[in-house]
Amino acid sequence: MLWEENMVSSVTRLAAGLAAIAGVASFLAVGPALAQSSVKIGYALSRTGPNAGGAAVTTLPNYEMWVKEVNAAGGLKLGDKRVPIEVVQYDDRSSAEEAAKALDRLITQDKVDFILPPWGTGLNLAVGPILNKAGYPHLASTAVSDRAPELAKRWPNSFWLLGTGAGAANTLVELLVKLRTEGKIGDTVAMVSVADGFGIDLSAAARPALAKANFKLAYDKTYPVGTQDLSPLVNEAKALNPDVFIAFSYPPDTLGLTEQARIAGFNPKIFYTGVGTAFPLYKGKFGANTEGVMGIGGWNGDSPAIKDYLARHKASSANGAEPDRWASSVTYASLQMLQQAIERVGKIDRAAVIKDLQTGTFDTIIGKIKLENNLPTKYWWVGQWQGGEFYGVGPATNEGARTPIVPKPAWKAQ
Amino acid sequence: MTNAIFTGLMLGGMYALIAMGLTLQYGVARIMNLSYGEFLVAASFASYWLFTGWALNPLLGLAIVVPIGFGVSMILYRVLLTPLVRRAPTRDALEVDSLLATFGMMFIVQGIMLTMFGGAYFSYSFLSIPVTVFGETLALNRLIAFGLAVLFGLALYLALTRTRFGTAIRAVAVDPSAARLVAIDVTSVSAFAFALGGGMVAAAGVLVSMFLTFSASSGVIFTMKALMVVVMGGVGNLLGCLVAGLALGLSESLVATFVDPGLTLAVNFALFLGVLLVKPAGLFGRAQR
Repeated sequence: MLWEENMVSSVTRLAAGLAAIAGVASFLAVGPALAQSSVKIGYALSRTGPNAGGAAVTTLPNYEMWVKEVNAAGGLKLGDKRVPIEVVQYDDRSSAEEAAKALDRLITQDKVDFILPPWGTGLNLAVGPILNKAGYPHLASTAVSDRAPELAKRWPNSFWLLGTGAGAANTLVELLVKLRTEGKIGDTVAMVSVADGFGIDLSAAARPALAKANFKLAYDKTYPVGTQDLSPLVNEAKALNPDVFIAFSYPPDTLGLTEQARIAGFNPKIFYTGVGTAFPLYKGKFGANTEGVMGIGGWNGDSPAIKDYLARHKASSANGAEPDRWASSVTYASLQMLQQAIERVGKIDRAAVIKDLQTGTFDTIIGKIKLENNLPTKYWWVGQWQGGEFYGVGPATNEGARTPIVPKPAWKAQ
Repeated sequence: MTNAIFTGLMLGGMYALIAMGLTLQYGVARIMNLSYGEFLVAASFASYWLFTGWALNPLLGLAIVVPIGFGVSMILYRVLLTPLVRRAPTRDALEVDSLLATFGMMFIVQGIMLTMFGGAYFSYSFLSIPVTVFGETLALNRLIAFGLAVLFGLALYLALTRTRFGTAIRAVAVDPSAARLVAIDVTSVSAFAFALGGGMVAAAGVLVSMFLTFSASSGVIFTMKALMVVVMGGVGNLLGCLVAGLALGLSESLVATFVDPGLTLAVNFALFLGVLLVKPAGLFGRAQR
């Protein structure tokens, strides 16, 4: 999830901001008291700048909801008493330097007990060394990087919960192969991708995978970040009449491509778009037309834990916003993991918490999690909107995987 | 081919629409408004709010948002920018001062939007209905935005060239000190031009919100695009705005269709550079004396 991180951010940087002021307000209650009176948790998130759109949907509502829930229950359970969480937060202004500075401040000046990670691949990579050096657990839940296994090895305190771009592309191709074997689709594929981190990684992984599976890649083009009219791409793809349309796109493009496909009456059997497909905004904008649209992410929408999470998220966040159906649940699960690890250790001992995260089993809203080499063993890579919910359909072996609706129903006039 | 041309024209119309307000503010009032894109996004938010909260058709919303844009810009010019105008010894000095002032304003407007709406993406569906024009399928909302861009552009152009007050505005654009000699109230005319630009940017924000996804931090994209169109067309020239916008839109869509969608930005900037090399003052700009 790297969209827009490389965009012209220098102009949009907002000076320290409201978030920082709110965060600094919590200076007083510290003191090296013998009995811990609060657990200090710090985070720097992109409240402004190009990353703000993603952080506001996926990360911030989960952090806030988790803190609220834990404190409502009396706090984190350390030994035999409950200790409330105290939050220190900053705005990283979507910039790696700012994120690094904010984390330094959290560590050396605010002396927080634990740090929650920033939003996005780029910033998580940027703060990795800092958290590693200071010995804080780093539960990266919004970073997709092909280097995740290598990073987990280099920084044993880091946990890469969203997986690799290659995983996303390969799972998609596996699903296509299965559908072709079932005779539901042919073998013509049109692919477009955004010329930025996410699009480059995933299309680079998809190309060889598609070729190996003998798919015919009839159209394969990239477009620059921030392209405001994507109709030429959709029209070109439509003219080739492909069975499968794949877009490794960022949220504004995901919405733009879907809109344009609907306008142009482009109805491939499989319509797959990238980041943003799982956003509540997508459902809000396209309504019944989302039926059958595939995209990156997904979750087990039938599981009671997920249904309960969805309801709590709606009740907790501003304007009753829903979570996104990909990294949101993973983010919340990462907080549950952190909480369970802290409570099992029973005191603020970061090394022991890291150890517990590496080896323990965790009961989360996305099921039981036991990490292997600091990485989960299961991911949701392909989701599909079915009856207003974005269900995971791939990998098909995941618990709760739905059977995909293929072909996608034709777009309806709105 | 026809499809690429239609798409390009509509995209170009949108670019021109986005830039027309800036060309008034920069060309006549000499305020290099860096918070321009933020005002555009603010109008988009206003339209979103009216549409989702009050079920008000964005096209009717124009009747509310545009006067507000005009009024806010007028107040802004009178309160914030007039002291700068008074103090500046030369036009160039004013450009630098206004650049800094509006840079600060950008943060304020952005901060207000973040507080009110948060940082998430926003988008709504209005008139995204396919219509067939000369055998090509186009989105109605983009078509309307294009139509209104042309309409606004021509109306403003005629008002500037055919009316007495329009002539006064152009006089101020060309030479404020000489304009004063023929009894033109330069401060009032500048304020009006700046406010008119504010009204135009509000109109652009409303129309663009019908089909683009926006967030509180996407203003800078619009400022950049508008600046490019304004400089390319010739500062202060509405016709130049329209022509430069259309040229950029057409080149983008033709390249995306026939060469490679990855090269659209490159072609945009190549065209921009090419024009500036041949005509440093822009397509319709007059060279500085």
